[in-house]
Amino acid sequence: MMQLTEKVIRPDELRSRLTDPGAGAYASFEGWIRNQNEGQAVLRLEYESYEPLAVKEGERVIEEAAVKFPILKAECVHRVGMLEIGECAVWVGVSSPHRDEAFEACRYIIDQVKVRLPIWKKEHYVDGNSGWVNCERCASHGEVA
Amino acid sequence: MSKTLTVRYFAAFRERAGIDEETISLAANTTRDVFDLLKTRHRSSEPLRHCKVAINDEMADWDTPVNDGDTILLFPPVAGG
Repeated sequence: MMQLTEKVIRPDELRSRLTDPGAGAYASFEGWIRNQNEGQAVLRLEYESYEPLAVKEGERVIEEAAVKFPILKAECVHRVGMLEIGECAVWVGVSSPHRDEAFEACRYIIDQVKVRLPIWKKEHYVDGNSGWVNCERCASHGEVA
Repeated sequence: MSKTLTVRYFAAFRERAGIDEETISLAANTTRDVFDLLKTRHRSSEPLRHCKVAINDEMADWDTPVNDGDTILLFPPVAGG
């Protein structure tokens, strides 16, 4: 299941969704907000999404992972709104009989989620500027001047 | 022939256009035509190859035909995670 949330992501609670009597492995990935990007000091990050399509495309990614790898369950939760340094922005969890497919499916899901879902992040810098990540000249988009 | 389309802008595109959405008449056959015409209209420099498009809540590509009454969603470069 793919889910977007404005609330704090709690991986310890989410991992219980993956339990299965046939599972011998659980792999997860957490993406955290870091304090710098491309040489600029980052204060916080703002995530925006177009939820109907982000959920639909996320579900598609998870279904693809289940076809490619013999896994039992997979879930992804992505935060939206304003996030502070150190917060969890995205969580992926996969359970499977053996570890190889759990690692591989987890990697597949996070890689696809990052490039396919309509989710955008705006970095707010310590110097007061802001910029949309991945856009042309993104660092200058939100210039105060 | 001109088509009446509702265009929705997101993230950097919304800030560039200064609006969430607009209903406009465009001489466009495909999503690529829509992108090119609106790029000029809103003086955007974002290359099409970095962007994505959807029609009526379904992901589309840049050769997808557009029809009168469609809602076109223009997505600037995504950055999840």
